[in-house]
Amino acid sequence: MHKFIFKPFDEMTEKDYAMVGFKSGLEIHQQLLTEKKLFCRCPAGRYSDKYDAEILRHMRPTLSELGEYDGTALMEFKTKKEIIYRIKRETVCTYEMDDTPPFQIDEHALDSALAIGMLYGCTMVDEVHIARKQYLDGSIPTGFQRTAIVGVDGKIPYKNREIKIIQLSIEEDACREVSDIGHRRVYITDRLGMPLIETVTGPDMRTPIEVAEVAQICRRLVRSTGRVRTGIGAGREDVNVSVTGGTRIEIKGVPRIVSIPLLTYNEAMRQWNLLRLREELKRRGITEKSFKSKTENVTKILRKTRYQPIQNAIEQGMKINCVLLQGYKGLLRWQTQTDTYFSREISDRVRVVACLTTLPNIIHSDSSGDTIAASEWQNIKKQIGGKDDDTLVLVWGDEQDANTGAQEIVIRAKEATIGIPSETRQAFRDGTNGFERILPGPDRMYPDTDLPPKRIEDEKLEKLCLTLPNRIWENEKWYRKLKIPPNVIEPLAASKYTKLFEMLVKNSKLNPTFVAVALIQYQKRLKTYFPKAKQIEIETFEEIFEAFKSGIISREGIFLAMKSFLESGKLRFAKKIKSTELTKVIKDSKIATKKMKIQNEEKKTEILIGLIMNKVRGKIDGKLVADKIGFSGKGKR
Amino acid sequence: MATDEYKGYRGEALSTLKNFNALVWSDVEIKTSKGSYTGIILPRSETADPLHVVIKLRSGYNIGIAANKIQNIKIAGRKEAHYKIPEKEFPFDPKKPNVKLLGTGGTIASRLDYRTGAVIPAFSPGELYGSVPELADICNLETEKLYGVFSENMGPEQWRGTAEAIGREIEKGVQGIVIGHGTDTMHHTAAILSFMVQNSPVPIVMVGSQRSSDRPSSDAALNLQHSVKTAAESDIAEVMVCMFGPTSDTYGLLHRGTRVRKMHSSYRSTFRTIGDIPIAMVSTEKITPIRNDYKKRRNDKNVIVNTAFEEKVSIVYYYPNMKPDIIDSLIDNDYKGIVIAGTGLGHVNKPLYPALKRAKEKGIAVYMTVQTLWGYVQMYVYDTGRDMMELGVIPGANMLPEVGYMKLGWALGQTNDLEKVRDIMMTPIAGEITEREPSNGYLIFQGGIPEVEEFISKYRK
Ligand SMILES: [Zn+2]
Repeated sequence: MHKFIFKPFDEMTEKDYAMVGFKSGLEIHQQLLTEKKLFCRCPAGRYSDKYDAEILRHMRPTLSELGEYDGTALMEFKTKKEIIYRIKRETVCTYEMDDTPPFQIDEHALDSALAIGMLYGCTMVDEVHIARKQYLDGSIPTGFQRTAIVGVDGKIPYKNREIKIIQLSIEEDACREVSDIGHRRVYITDRLGMPLIETVTGPDMRTPIEVAEVAQICRRLVRSTGRVRTGIGAGREDVNVSVTGGTRIEIKGVPRIVSIPLLTYNEAMRQWNLLRLREELKRRGITEKSFKSKTENVTKILRKTRYQPIQNAIEQGMKINCVLLQGYKGLLRWQTQTDTYFSREISDRVRVVACLTTLPNIIHSDSSGDTIAASEWQNIKKQIGGKDDDTLVLVWGDEQDANTGAQEIVIRAKEATIGIPSETRQAFRDGTNGFERILPGPDRMYPDTDLPPKRIEDEKLEKLCLTLPNRIWENEKWYRKLKIPPNVIEPLAASKYTKLFEMLVKNSKLNPTFVAVALIQYQKRLKTYFPKAKQIEIETFEEIFEAFKSGIISREGIFLAMKSFLESGKLRFAKKIKSTELTKVIKDSKIATKKMKIQNEEKKTEILIGLIMNKVRGKIDGKLVADKIGFSGKGKR
Repeated sequence: MATDEYKGYRGEALSTLKNFNALVWSDVEIKTSKGSYTGIILPRSETADPLHVVIKLRSGYNIGIAANKIQNIKIAGRKEAHYKIPEKEFPFDPKKPNVKLLGTGGTIASRLDYRTGAVIPAFSPGELYGSVPELADICNLETEKLYGVFSENMGPEQWRGTAEAIGREIEKGVQGIVIGHGTDTMHHTAAILSFMVQNSPVPIVMVGSQRSSDRPSSDAALNLQHSVKTAAESDIAEVMVCMFGPTSDTYGLLHRGTRVRKMHSSYRSTFRTIGDIPIAMVSTEKITPIRNDYKKRRNDKNVIVNTAFEEKVSIVYYYPNMKPDIIDSLIDNDYKGIVIAGTGLGHVNKPLYPALKRAKEKGIAVYMTVQTLWGYVQMYVYDTGRDMMELGVIPGANMLPEVGYMKLGWALGQTNDLEKVRDIMMTPIAGEITEREPSNGYLIFQGGIPEVEEFISKYRK
């Protein structure tokens, strides 16, 4: 049934993806640009790896509103992690540490979320209910994230179809992980509690490239409001992937859109290959029911091994368990992703669930690499009663971890007979992904009893609606009609200046290309001089263009005004000069040039213009100067 | 039940739901003038407005829909939530000590109530075992729910009932008693139990939680383990409060019932011993006494339960510009005892003097404590103090104001003879008055000071 074999990434065609039934959706997280955090009054967006104190906590699963324990919850509890929070007093208060109940939601953040929801064409909710979404990995000290839906059922146009926006929520950001070794996970808390929005698209993308393209559109759309943060870590994507017969798998926290295509390709391949693995198992007569395994303590047999990792383990008094997987011979070398095999599915689980984080954490008899001696494998096989078509997997650690590890090996191997386990996976740099945790269901949501529901009046939405920019795709269409340079179209449409541009072009009748270049290109050019400067505010641009319209400054003066603003934080306009003054400047400059000893006659005019422009730059159009001295530039020579 | 069908809904929202026969827990598609939503209709909190219908979307999120925009509700089915904490039989091991958990309210293990958004305590041994299975490693646990009241609603009836229940359990021979209690007035109850139950042969441990147990970060499970361990294994036969030491999940502190106070409205480490040091530290591994002058566990059953309590006692928190009518109104309302929380070493302003004189003449017992909480009443130091003693105000040494209130109520319950009351009040029963304040009995570190910051950076607080 799953005959198709995945080709290398570059050779996969749209048809191939259609064949495997590739489907993908996005959950886009984007931090909102606010001064303060969402549920307390700590400053937002101040990052530092420094910290003043540490707090230690554990997480326990609790019952959901519907009275069930969530699957992830139980798994995380099995792992028994010690969670350390590093806190810095400037960025974290007692709220984030779960020692104070939440304060009212930040209105500015809520407004931004509502505005963006409307931009996506969502149906906005009438009453916002704050929910608690459980996260037992410790990434939030309360053990849950406060989150609320603000809109559902929006859409964006893509190619000749629509991509559904299932829902848009506002939520608090989590901690940044510092390390996760053994039974201890360390977080830094500066990012914790910052407001962000999560936009969930339908599973409407059909190829890996489409996923990235839609992510790009969404990113540019929200940026066009000027209400979101930009920069590293301000936007992160979770990507859902499935293939025909597969399972919806979530790849978490993809920081860069460009890495999406390869990640989704690999995930599709992984699912496809796991389905093929199931067929292979079935062919061998191994099903969920007939699956057999055995676990034994083989520490004694390996007492004298020369294989370093196990030798070290034995020196530290650890236990070595062997799991026999009946009939699995060779299957741990079954390819799942690019250069990645089924053994990694198992190793990942052991790493996360049994907290055996030092790699390698398992070895197996299918391995072609150097592990324990062949004679040692033989002895183990004899003790455990293995046959030739079985596979042996070794795991080591302190007693409890080694036992949990052995259990997980059995669980994951058995799952191969069923299909693709529901789980969230983490993105790796090489484009592959690894197990993160079991996919949490809706069971992990329950209402936040600390905060009452918040009514959203229609009038509030109407007011916010007036602040919305046109949708980027509408603007782009118009810009193309206006014939502004192609390289400016996309950045302008996604910028916060779209309304200003519209006003300057429609009301003030300024040249569209000239305005677009000033807003986008000038600023881009200036960015190289002042890399740390913030974007120029709309109000500042309004003043600059006002000065231009009323003749106070020239076209060049706009650039100079921007430059001086970025330099000093203040607007200073160089006044336009009258033509009589220009004549005088030209005359003075000609005299000055004559006094110079210029060897190359050809350079003379250039030097003259340079002298003149030094005095009048920004006060008059350069073109006028050139005309007046009868020099029409290099182009003609 | 008719009301349960539309649980919590009122007004416009209720009539809209009735219009479409959409009961709570219906799986519905709601069409409004703005768009459509699919989900399950949830009960509504009774304190929420009458204008919105709440549904749980497929994603697990809840949203509110304005009732006046609803055009149609299509019902596809029904999915009712059944709250249940997995209940497993609490294992019995004859080798393990027997501990009794008495419940007065508060949330040790719990589930959510939709209507009020409140947390309902789960309490049976089976429920507790289901949520904190570690307890079975420590003891055989039996539970009894005495009351189900919020901490602020505890009063003489509940104090008496709890004290009597403790007496009964000791008579039955349990090795330790744990009392589940809301945290707000836990130190009040700890104080009165210290007087009502004397000479206990076993530990009496009060416990609660600052973060309710419906959240993963709750302190409830750990507090419960600490308190049960203390009741089962410690040799401290006193009334204690067992709550978090630091805000980290590391250890709890065992505070003497008469010296403990809730000091922060929300921190986990809110309980502190005032003017002294706690009795011991407790973790899931061990109990570490940090003093040795506590009463030791015994094998007898010679407990004294004495629950007499005079309710006409009040506590007056003095403030500058207080008018005598505050005291007068207590006198006129036949109060028999007043505990003043005075400023500094134990002062009130002059205008109150005539009222205090009146109180003396009417035979009302008036005791002075300090609102600084730390330190002793010292009424000999200033003239004003001496004047007040002339007026019959008796210095209450370093009794905490709340403890003074409890003790005076208990003392007046024993006798009306003010001399005898004075004897009872000034003779320490359970550490409520100490002879000396150790130099480490007052340690409130001030953040920002380099040495304090250095300390905080080294130890998990
Ligand atoms: Zn804060």
